[in-house]
Amino acid sequence: MADHSLAYVRREMLEQQVPPVSQIGALRWMRENLFSSVLNTVLTILSIAAVWWMVVEIGPWLMNSVWNARSLSECRAILAEAGNGKGACWAVINDRLHQLTFGFYPPQHYWRPILALILMFVALAPVLFPWVPRKLLAFSAIYPFLAYFLLWGGTIWLPVMAAMGFVAGYVAMVALRPLGALVSGIALFVVPLLWWLFLAPPLTGFLNAAAPIGIEFVRSDRFGGFLISLVIGVTGIALSLPIGVALALGRQSSMPLIKSVAVVFIEFIRGVPLITLLFTASLLLNYFLPPGTTFDLILRVIIMVTLFASAYMAEVIRGGLAALPKGQYEAADALGLDYWKAQRLIIMPQALKISIPGIVNTFIGLFKDTTLVVFIGLLDPVGLSNAIRASSDWQGIYWELFIFIGAVFFIFCFGMSRYSMYLERRLRTDHR
Amino acid sequence: MSMDTGAPKQPFRLSMLLYDTRYRSYTIQIVALMLLMLGAAWLIDNTITNLAALGKDFNFAYLSNPAGYDINQRPIEYNSQMTHGRAALVGLLNTLILAVMACVLATVLGVIAGVLRLSNNWIVARLMTVYVEVFRNIPTLLWILVFGAIMTEAMPAPNAFRGADATASMIMFDSVAVTNRGVYIPEPLFTRDLGNLDLGVVKPSWIAVIFLALVIGSVYANARLLRHATAVQNATGLRPVTWWKSILILFGPAVAFLLAMGFHLGYPELRGFNFAGGIHLRNSLIAMWLGLGIYTGAFVAENVRAGILAISKGQTEASFALGMQPGLTMRLVVLPQALRVIVPPLISQYLNITKNTSLGLAVGYMDLRSTLGGISINQTGRELEGMLLMMLIYLAISLTISGVMNIYNNRIKLRER
Repeated sequence: MADHSLAYVRREMLEQQVPPVSQIGALRWMRENLFSSVLNTVLTILSIAAVWWMVVEIGPWLMNSVWNARSLSECRAILAEAGNGKGACWAVINDRLHQLTFGFYPPQHYWRPILALILMFVALAPVLFPWVPRKLLAFSAIYPFLAYFLLWGGTIWLPVMAAMGFVAGYVAMVALRPLGALVSGIALFVVPLLWWLFLAPPLTGFLNAAAPIGIEFVRSDRFGGFLISLVIGVTGIALSLPIGVALALGRQSSMPLIKSVAVVFIEFIRGVPLITLLFTASLLLNYFLPPGTTFDLILRVIIMVTLFASAYMAEVIRGGLAALPKGQYEAADALGLDYWKAQRLIIMPQALKISIPGIVNTFIGLFKDTTLVVFIGLLDPVGLSNAIRASSDWQGIYWELFIFIGAVFFIFCFGMSRYSMYLERRLRTDHR
Repeated sequence: MSMDTGAPKQPFRLSMLLYDTRYRSYTIQIVALMLLMLGAAWLIDNTITNLAALGKDFNFAYLSNPAGYDINQRPIEYNSQMTHGRAALVGLLNTLILAVMACVLATVLGVIAGVLRLSNNWIVARLMTVYVEVFRNIPTLLWILVFGAIMTEAMPAPNAFRGADATASMIMFDSVAVTNRGVYIPEPLFTRDLGNLDLGVVKPSWIAVIFLALVIGSVYANARLLRHATAVQNATGLRPVTWWKSILILFGPAVAFLLAMGFHLGYPELRGFNFAGGIHLRNSLIAMWLGLGIYTGAFVAENVRAGILAISKGQTEASFALGMQPGLTMRLVVLPQALRVIVPPLISQYLNITKNTSLGLAVGYMDLRSTLGGISINQTGRELEGMLLMMLIYLAISLTISGVMNIYNNRIKLRER
């Protein structure tokens, strides 16, 4: 090898050269992501054209927005004066924001729903996020009664007495525990019922006469706008999960009667449109109740919406239950856990975790479905948008109202779906 | 598993009804049954009392009384002298027409958006994500109202099509007119008439019946042809050429029949202040169709995306390793498996569309809810009967659709062991 004489051997590395223009930076990115093939090029051009068209059509309309005006004609006059052509009249939102938010809730009491909303986030925090102190859960427990008191008002003793029913049930259960699980279990249900039916009404009256603490009562028909959507949506969401779990367990039950009741209920509710159930609530409920019963319309709607959502919830949770390996049930049996302990400690935590996306989708669906109450005469945001359009000041205004209402719904629903993704990540225990 | 465990047989005691798991389930069920019957009896008793107090009875005879109201969209013959039952039938047909139209639109949009959302084209994938998220997170009702407003507010009036300086023009080679009073499309017309087939309730024209029969027959014959081709392929290894036979069988008889009947299109024309001729699709139908179709399309897109993502990459790679072309891989390996994941949620979306057609009230679409469950109830005061009947009809539709879904699920179920 050594006596070979080579003409030329390179001894040092070549200088590093800059990559070709087509392989770096924006150009490469565009080649790979926008123009990788003929089809992609066509799609890209079409998409850019679509975006461009939207910007050209809607951009000037948004740019020329008018924020302060008392009516649509005034708004158009301002636009004409500026000479910019078309423009959005966000002044309608400005003018009617209080109505879209609170409906006909008395203005001097606006602080009450606002406080209730703020407190709702406080009450939700320990449920939603693990890093919030656990002690706040006590506040979450009393929040429903507090929210009722804040929103509807009246005497403070009514929600207090209602809450005392749960306390009475708990006390009875603990007190009767020596007599056996069954007796205390029955007491847990019967004692509160007896309390609410027989003891609470006279006691409320008496306490109200003795110490009339309370704030002004606001009738349900004053509620409207996003307030009503949130009241119905949040109550429905909070109630439909436990009822859904119960229905799903009922459908999985080995007792034929319980199972068939659950199946019939779920399939019936899922088979009819929500709007027919709402009409049932508004038209037919009076037939089914004793003569002379009057029943708050919002409460009826909440009951119907809750039943509707819980049937869907039951199916979602049943999917989660079905997805669990049979070994989990057998392991629970092998440990000697009884039915409820097995459900509480082994089955439900896993089944609920599997069904999180479905559960949150049901919540989102329920919240969107609150708009249907407009059909039975409740003034939710959609109903109010019709009412605002019917007033002489804002006759003929469409897009601004739709965009505003849509944006608010979007924020809530999108927020919920993002939270479900966060929850899935947090609860993920498998190794990927 | 009724093995003798060797435990001493205990005499039956009453407390065993509560504490023995063998008997407890019976106790629970009997108590539940009693509560259920008590509840039902209470409801029925209340209903009877209330009906008596209002001086009403419970019967469906009103369905054969004259309805006395008009329906603006009539797929079958109807006028205000006809019965409430007939009006309900018209409403039901309108519901089904809308549901089928919206299902088709949702499927087409959903498949396109679902596939494109997985595209490696950055801008297209982003646009599809925006479409899906925006439509999924805003209520259907709002979309229906938006499309209704677009139709009535943003579309040109019929007189904008008039004269030399018309500000609007018809689209699709002057065959479709989009106006603020609705969309006018060409209608099929025939120079010959074969009369109508009298089925009692509906009287479809013979031409439509024969055409439908021909189409069904052609599809069946084509399926036979393909099955035969597959059999030949399995036996000999060579697949006979079928494409021209298929085309001939599928389209030949139908086209020949249409030509024999003198088929031509009737185009809409501007006459007076409005368009005449052609089929008039009302704003309410268009708004419901677009609202439901585009809204549900976003959900379908998510189902399609999930179905495609559910197929592991190993399947595609294995198929390539076997030497299959990408097209064949898609058709024979990926799609059959993806469809197993896509179709069940797709059918429940169809179910949702069918139920959401009841929102037609918002834009004045005369569906089942607006006729049987709306005007008929208002005119006769028979809420109980009308609502019950309407719920039963919706329930029947829903159960039919989910029955189809169950049949499909059973057919495609993985056969294990």
